[in-house]
Amino acid sequence: MELLSPAGSLPALKAAVDEGADAIYLGLKNDTNARHFAGLNFTDKTMTQGVNYAHDRNRRVHVAVNTFAHPDRSQAWFDAVKKTHDIGADVLIASNIAVLEYAATNYPELELHLSVQAAATNVAAINFFKQFGISRVVLPRVLSYQQVANLAQDTDIELEVFAFGSLCIMAEGRCYLSSYMTGESPNTAGACSPAKFVRWQETDQGLESRLNDVLIDRFAEGENAGYPTLCKGRFNVEGEVTHALEEPTSLNTLSLLPQLNNIGISALKIEGRQRSPAYTRQVTKTWRQAIDAMKKNPETFQVKKEWDQCLSSLSEGSQTTLGAYERTWQ
Amino acid sequence: MELSMGNIQFYWDKATTSDFYQKVADSDVEHVYLGESVCSKRRELRLEDWLEVGRELTNKGKSVVLSSLALLESKSELATLKKVCLNGELKVEANDFGAVEILSEAKIPFIAGAALNIYNQHDLKVLLARGMQRWVIPVELSRDWLVNVIAGCEELGIREQIETEVYGYGYLPLAYSARCFTARSEDRPKDQCALCCIKYPEGRKIDSQEGLELFRMNGIQTMSGSIQNLINDLPSMAGLVDIVRISPHSMAALDWVDKFRNALEDKARIPLEGFCNGYWHKIEGMKAIQ
Repeated sequence: MELLSPAGSLPALKAAVDEGADAIYLGLKNDTNARHFAGLNFTDKTMTQGVNYAHDRNRRVHVAVNTFAHPDRSQAWFDAVKKTHDIGADVLIASNIAVLEYAATNYPELELHLSVQAAATNVAAINFFKQFGISRVVLPRVLSYQQVANLAQDTDIELEVFAFGSLCIMAEGRCYLSSYMTGESPNTAGACSPAKFVRWQETDQGLESRLNDVLIDRFAEGENAGYPTLCKGRFNVEGEVTHALEEPTSLNTLSLLPQLNNIGISALKIEGRQRSPAYTRQVTKTWRQAIDAMKKNPETFQVKKEWDQCLSSLSEGSQTTLGAYERTWQ
Repeated sequence: MELSMGNIQFYWDKATTSDFYQKVADSDVEHVYLGESVCSKRRELRLEDWLEVGRELTNKGKSVVLSSLALLESKSELATLKKVCLNGELKVEANDFGAVEILSEAKIPFIAGAALNIYNQHDLKVLLARGMQRWVIPVELSRDWLVNVIAGCEELGIREQIETEVYGYGYLPLAYSARCFTARSEDRPKDQCALCCIKYPEGRKIDSQEGLELFRMNGIQTMSGSIQNLINDLPSMAGLVDIVRISPHSMAALDWVDKFRNALEDKARIPLEGFCNGYWHKIEGMKAIQ
């Protein structure tokens, strides 16, 4: 079971490699990937350096070209595929049919993984994408543990699951909440609840967070004020002000580690390309220790308190959940 | 341009549903979509019931399509999807690539639903080769985007094979989740939901703390808080759009069929308030441009 860590920058990539990630995933500095944030991601030069750094230490680099190609400039997505190949990255992660087909036709030797943004949740959908020669599917965070286990039995394609990080509560790639509110779509512009629409304001009623002028949350003094990701705001449902969709919380599957190993999951993905190199370092270190401990002794594996503490301190709202893996969350 | 009645995305009881389709049978739409696209637990009507409704509508001259589930998680849902796809009578709207796979493997032509991520001409070309007859554009796409897709189709030489449908009226399906928001809003676990969404035939409102209507929860689906209404945008669809969809939230959808039909004929603008049409105009979906 491979540990796959996020890198939003070269220092983050190096931190992940140094702390024992088996592979690192990253994106280019443009809207061809789903973490298109200012100051983040890789140029040709830093990507080459990153690939060299990883390869020198026998680690692999996955490049996400996982937004959906615009009809009037699809070439930018095709160029990103070419670049991934030419720089010598090991894997292309893609979701858009156009991108998958281009890669399969022009670079058949390039290993292809189906991005979570393709929202393939069932064996028939996975079979649809087999025509492009994918070898692995990154599963959306909508399946329960049992459903993941069933899928692992029913397909011969490798499965990668999200192990830790910000929790997307909607089927990835099929959520338009952000474009409904801001006009910019994660699918086509590469960012959910983009920072340029965020505004903070101290008012008599408390600290307010807004996204494109829409009030997402209002915090009393001493309350932990999180980033206004729009599905994690407090809204009014028929008179009750509540986290109507989800609370600010992160996914943490440490306790599921032996089971995920048992059902043959190929890779554990850490979310967070938008986070700092320090985040990547700490999370990678913790998961490396946990995976090694589990592999050594799967029967007696127990989550160490310090691992949980470390991961909670890096989580949204300092809270973690098993998310959809656990039926009660659903 | 033709009109379609989309499938009912909310959970209505059987009597209301039957009543609705009797009226749809006499309404001025060419196409009718039926079936459950949101939650597999909703079984007021089962597949056989939908097929029966389909037969009646077909007899009334409607072109009938069975819509398939958008988010498939369990093996039983996949088994049901196969039955829907291989129903042997009605055409199917594929709302997941799993449905596309089942239909194309069986060599059955299909309609690509709005829940499929189709963003460009290259996607359409691949799907045409798999048997796509029509696509319903993702609800977040603008007119400009569609113009570019169609231009791209011309370059690829597939323009003539592309039939395009657009959500013209109704609450927009914006997201799907493993979580049932409606059950959660009643403090019920999803596995013991008691099908409580049947109490909310137009969904449950989610407003901002300042009273702005943001979203509507509809089981595992999150919909737009406002109804999108493109009636005054119909002239801008000429040459681009073949079918305009009315997505029902109540019997009022039938009145809008007549209004859209009139608008198509007399091209007169009608005053609108409280609706949105931002997506079509390449701005925030929730906004409105007169």
